Amino acid sequence: MASGHSDPPKLPKAIKLLIAGGFGVGKTTMVGAVSEIRPLRTEETLTDRSVGVDDLTGVETKNTTTVAMDFGRITIGDEFMLYLFGTPGQERFWFVWDELARGALGAVVLADTRRLADCFPSVDYFERRGTPFVVAVNCFDGTPQYELDEVKLALNLGSAVPVLLCDARRRESGKEVLITLIKHAYSRRPAAAKEASVR
Amino acid sequence: MNMERSPGDAQEEWLLDEPTVRPYVMTRGRTDARGRFDLVTIAVTIRSTTGAEVGLDPEHLTIARLCRRPLSVAEIAAHMDLPAGIVRVLLGDLLEKGYVAVQQPQPETDVLDERTFRAVLDGLRAL
Repeated sequence: MASGHSDPPKLPKAIKLLIAGGFGVGKTTMVGAVSEIRPLRTEETLTDRSVGVDDLTGVETKNTTTVAMDFGRITIGDEFMLYLFGTPGQERFWFVWDELARGALGAVVLADTRRLADCFPSVDYFERRGTPFVVAVNCFDGTPQYELDEVKLALNLGSAVPVLLCDARRRESGKEVLITLIKHAYSRRPAAAKEASVR
Repeated sequence: MNMERSPGDAQEEWLLDEPTVRPYVMTRGRTDARGRFDLVTIAVTIRSTTGAEVGLDPEHLTIARLCRRPLSVAEIAAHMDLPAGIVRVLLGDLLEKGYVAVQQPQPETDVLDERTFRAVLDGLRAL
């Protein structure tokens, strides 16, 4: 695909994951817990797809917005670089920017059982878009404990969507969430359908 | 197309906050459908700079220095405290002049083949 240079060096492949959820649910905390670098912040200019209808109006009528995103990195050998992007927390409607989700292998929706509704938009968005996602319930101190099945029911999730408890501050916990996500994404890939009942 | 610009132009681009998409970016087939670099496009410097190159701004040289090790657009932008859109433009210049090579991310449907899956899983477990 991308060739042209005489002998292009072997570069690591980037894998993009999103960490979504409501404001203050611990997205950046989770990014920081698993990232090998201190979370960085980048400003991205995004197009608001809710403005105008693509076919009828030109690009020039679309609104662009600049959002800040925190992200971290996990290097895997010299072949892969995993990038974790926290969706912009101050924006309740971050999902109007398809650019963020484009190319993402999967997403973690962080949930707080005290404000479960905060993660509804993220769940809806990934369901509609077909992005594989898991729901990780961040266990804050003093959070009422719910059964995972109750959370699943409350979010009206399909039975295949993994729901797990986590502590966004702990690396081990974040690791487990990411491993669950990668396994889920793998089981959801188009080729997996053909392999049918292997698993 | 004339690539020269006065020092003030970079500032103007910043203010316009609208990534300039140059024709060569789209024609070389090294970019995504939007003719831009993704946030996770990886760049690495393949030709070292001396600082005396004609047509390279200090920002170009900073990127060339940062990318001695492979780095994503998002990281370059964060380290330089520049919007990602500006880094895309500068990176496009460096790519065109042959100073960097880039690796575009694969389409999401192609990313997770079995080998990648195993490698990523093992890598995460070993964290």
